[in-house]
Amino acid sequence: MPDSATMLTNAPPLARFVLRADAETTIKAGAVYGLDLPLTINQGASKGERGKPGARVALKLGPDEFWLIVPEAEGAGVRALLDTALAGCVCALVDVSHRQVGFVLSGPDAATLLSSGCPLDFDLRAFPLGMATRSVFDKIEFMVWRMAQDVFRIEVARSFGPYFEAMIAEARHDLV
Amino acid sequence: MSRFRTGAGGRIDRARGINFTFDGRLYTGLQGDTLASALLANGVHLVGRSFKYHRPRGILASGAEEPNALVTVMRDAGRTTPNLRATQVEIYEGLAAKSQNRWPSLEFDLGAVNALASPLLASGFYYKTFMGPRFLGSNKAWAKLYEPLIRRAAGLGRAPEAPDPDRYARRYAHCEVLVVGAGEAGLRAALDASADPHCRVILCDEQAEMGGWQLNAGSDDLVEMLETLGARPNVRLLARTQAFGVYAQGAVALAQRLTDHLAAPSPETPRERLWQVRAGEIVLATGAIERPLVFPGNDRPGVMLAGAVETFANRYGIRPGERAVVATTCNSAYGAAFALKQAGVDLAAIIDLRDKPDPALAANALKAGIPVHTASVIVGTEGHKRVRSVRLGKVEPCGIVKSTDSIACDLVAMSGGWVPSVHLFSQSRGKLAWNGETGVYSPGKDAPGQKTRSVGLCSGEFPADMRGFHNGALPTPDEKGAAKAFVDFQNDVTARDIRLAAREGFHSVEHVKRYTTTGMATDQGKTSNMNALGILSGALEKPVPDIGLTTFRQPYTPVTFGIFAGANRAGLFDPVRKTPAHAGADALGGVFEDVGLWKRAHHFPRKGETMHAAVNRECRAVREAVGLFDASTLGKIELVGPDAAEFLDRVYVNSFAKLGIGRCRYAVLTNEAGYVIDDGVVARLAQDRFHITTTTGGAGRVFAMFEDYLQAEWPELRAWQTSITEQFATFAIQGPKAREVLAPLVEGIAMENEAFPHMAMREGRVAGIPARVFRMSFTGEAGYEVNVPAGEGARLWPVLLDAVDKAGGAVYGTEAMHVLRAEKGYIIVGQETDGTMTPDDVGLGWAIGKGKRDFVGKRGMMRTDLIAPGRKQLVGLETLDDKTVLEEGAQITDTPTPAPGSAALGHVTSSYWSEALHRPIALAVVAGGRGRMGETLHVPMPGGAIPVRVVSPVFHDPEGARLHA
Repeated sequence: MPDSATMLTNAPPLARFVLRADAETTIKAGAVYGLDLPLTINQGASKGERGKPGARVALKLGPDEFWLIVPEAEGAGVRALLDTALAGCVCALVDVSHRQVGFVLSGPDAATLLSSGCPLDFDLRAFPLGMATRSVFDKIEFMVWRMAQDVFRIEVARSFGPYFEAMIAEARHDLV
Repeated sequence: MSRFRTGAGGRIDRARGINFTFDGRLYTGLQGDTLASALLANGVHLVGRSFKYHRPRGILASGAEEPNALVTVMRDAGRTTPNLRATQVEIYEGLAAKSQNRWPSLEFDLGAVNALASPLLASGFYYKTFMGPRFLGSNKAWAKLYEPLIRRAAGLGRAPEAPDPDRYARRYAHCEVLVVGAGEAGLRAALDASADPHCRVILCDEQAEMGGWQLNAGSDDLVEMLETLGARPNVRLLARTQAFGVYAQGAVALAQRLTDHLAAPSPETPRERLWQVRAGEIVLATGAIERPLVFPGNDRPGVMLAGAVETFANRYGIRPGERAVVATTCNSAYGAAFALKQAGVDLAAIIDLRDKPDPALAANALKAGIPVHTASVIVGTEGHKRVRSVRLGKVEPCGIVKSTDSIACDLVAMSGGWVPSVHLFSQSRGKLAWNGETGVYSPGKDAPGQKTRSVGLCSGEFPADMRGFHNGALPTPDEKGAAKAFVDFQNDVTARDIRLAAREGFHSVEHVKRYTTTGMATDQGKTSNMNALGILSGALEKPVPDIGLTTFRQPYTPVTFGIFAGANRAGLFDPVRKTPAHAGADALGGVFEDVGLWKRAHHFPRKGETMHAAVNRECRAVREAVGLFDASTLGKIELVGPDAAEFLDRVYVNSFAKLGIGRCRYAVLTNEAGYVIDDGVVARLAQDRFHITTTTGGAGRVFAMFEDYLQAEWPELRAWQTSITEQFATFAIQGPKAREVLAPLVEGIAMENEAFPHMAMREGRVAGIPARVFRMSFTGEAGYEVNVPAGEGARLWPVLLDAVDKAGGAVYGTEAMHVLRAEKGYIIVGQETDGTMTPDDVGLGWAIGKGKRDFVGKRGMMRTDLIAPGRKQLVGLETLDDKTVLEEGAQITDTPTPAPGSAALGHVTSSYWSEALHRPIALAVVAGGRGRMGETLHVPMPGGAIPVRVVSPVFHDPEGARLHA
């Protein structure tokens, strides 16, 4: 297999929530969450270092759909804060911490490896920094979020994790 | 140097000899040779036998359009590729190739006796001959006798039987401009487009070297253009890459050959790479293909296309013969004549169909000492495995052809003019336009959603020297002559075959194509299309554009199966979904079955136990003590919002408005037609929050249906669904000792029967893990389903297993689950239902919310045929002998020997040995079944009809007392 500096690593344990909310509720949520939720669709926002205390991620993946991702230990606290702040608002907050597993694909061949299974255009003009979207990777659905030119965060359903890892390993053979 | 090589020139490396074998004989070629050029350099013209008549065939063309020279290249048992065009195979040290469709050898082929029977093998021969005998039944003889024989006798190479050990890669790519073909026009288009650094350009070409016809000249321009393109970061150059299919909205599939040209490729490196390109604009620069001339005996080895001859001479330094004749209707073939002369080949004649060939060219020819015969054609050839001579015919002004001299030659370079290669444009669904002046179809209007541009020769704009043409067969003195004039070399179709088809009433070009097989299969009529149309036009006395044109199909050239499979084979064929407790179940010796993509434990045999013994033991454990079951694969949805209950009222047949918090309800889902499509349990977590389960297989479908209704039908409802299938690991603890097992592990939930009744739901902790606990049952016993976060599933499983073990229980699999639910008459969607069963049909009429104004399926269920008497209804069946287990799917009739053709009353949907009842049980759907209780019906089987008694589908604990214990 060709040598490549591109690495696929597993995310640390995380708490994840799906929030469905209108713009007004979104602002309220952002205030207690400690990170403004993105206003534009297919945008990700983050602060802190993943898995470390205080880290926050907010991805807007649908017109009213957000994924909120925090360190596992802070999940219950964040949930309680949001429940309180959003009481009385028309919205939905669901815990999906264990539904998914996360990866980071980073290195010079990251986009090429993604292109082995994902039909999206990973050119920076088409898929700029901060963009996050659901798509397909070969036979599974996945979520891909560009943190930097060569750094992508990926989430797949828990049972699809091994398949995704194996397909990326297979695609490495094509880095010739 | 071989006498078939020129002294200098060309793009081969004369210092680097390469050894290869063809049909086991060792030959030497040069670096840069294709298999075709290397064979010609060794004087080998006979390279294959034809498809139907096993006629000796040689190399006709020099590129992808080659119809004859199909070979098998063998590396090892799994790395064997049949039907490769020798003109595209690059030779490497040690290459082993063999010819096809011959036995015992290419030189002496017994199949050639077909040629003697050839008057019988005319078009439609198979359809006309292999029809009987009738007493065998329709088509029996064809399938069992004729087809296997014909397939062995005729056809192409053999597919390898060993598994293909190679890897195949795949990439998606995006560009503003994709240029297909790196000849002069393609290179210029790529240069123009890529001048803008923001414009991503992909340039692909099927040959090893880019340049197309330019490679025949060796121009400095070419080097410079390729250097410029190579230096631009926005350009991707893909050589050895065939654009084989154009699909909707600028999608183009490219097959790149990565290792086929290497003597010792690394097993780690993919053999081929599939590029799935999305292009803003597709620039087609695919050039033109030369038309063969259709004259009797035009398929003898040594008869080649003039352009190919010129290419072999100039690019590969080949002298393809000693003494050549050029037959043409087009100026361009004079180039071949001069190239041959240059290469030291003796030119016997130029035979030009036209009265007045280009005077300057004719003068040049005469100056070079080449006799030019005008208004002349070839009317026949002699020779067996190589052309030996041609017979010249003079076309009189009245059209009659007079046979004149015989001209000795071992090479015929022919040209019937040129045809733009419009295959890819046609695949893009663009409209082809007829151009009477050049006698070709050329690209016209783009299909909607496509942006293509044809540049260079494939646009149909030809320079003057390429415009002469003749469509159809050349005039001959002998219309009924026995000699064959081939139109489609690959499919062995002659001019006579096409005329015969027209006479027999096949007037549509689509019918003629299928009847004669012209233009079919892998060749897709590359060299034959226009000539076939020309002949048909003559036979029908209709102009060519009135006949129509068949569709060019993908792929342009054959593509390996491997490239389509890519990584999706063996362990990566599909994702394999495993539950959090999978490893635990595996360690217990669980036997798994596939349910969708999931692996589910079917049963857990103990040492020496058969499947039936294991299932019976598992069933006993649940009925007598307690059983543990992994139900994690069930689909789960969390529905939240003030209108969540209203949404559920509208999609399910049941009512949910009054469902109390902490209560569950069995729910039936129908489609708009009123047929059952899924079922599950809905639990109310809070006023505005529900936990819904679906079937394992229906999870995705139900989620999609809900989303469709939420987004498209009822956008006013304030409710949102989230899939939580994989958020939870779900374990069922079922049996009289279920509470005894679970209670000690539970915190925060009052477990007493009254505090936590059947069809209730509580949140608390199990073994310290936050859990949603449902009291419900799919077994008929009191039981619970424990949902914990999936990441904790592997930790909880052994805890539950241990507790169940200590209570004398057992783990059970899906088969025991099926038996247990059947004993209770619980349906499985897809087993008791088949997409045509209403809730009432399967005994679930009680679930329908009577007071509801509307719900999905309500109106469907009221259709007259869905409420008519006599519908099939779910019943139980008991075999009268108390021991026969019926076959699932078996038909049910009211007499033991129903009259042939009479309809069945219904069929068996589920059938098992019931360990609890010590007898076989079955569920079935039977016309008017609920009105037939106690009746004896029959299940006709090959060994005789089995009498059965119609009973209630609830075999076990009909009062349901055990559920509430």
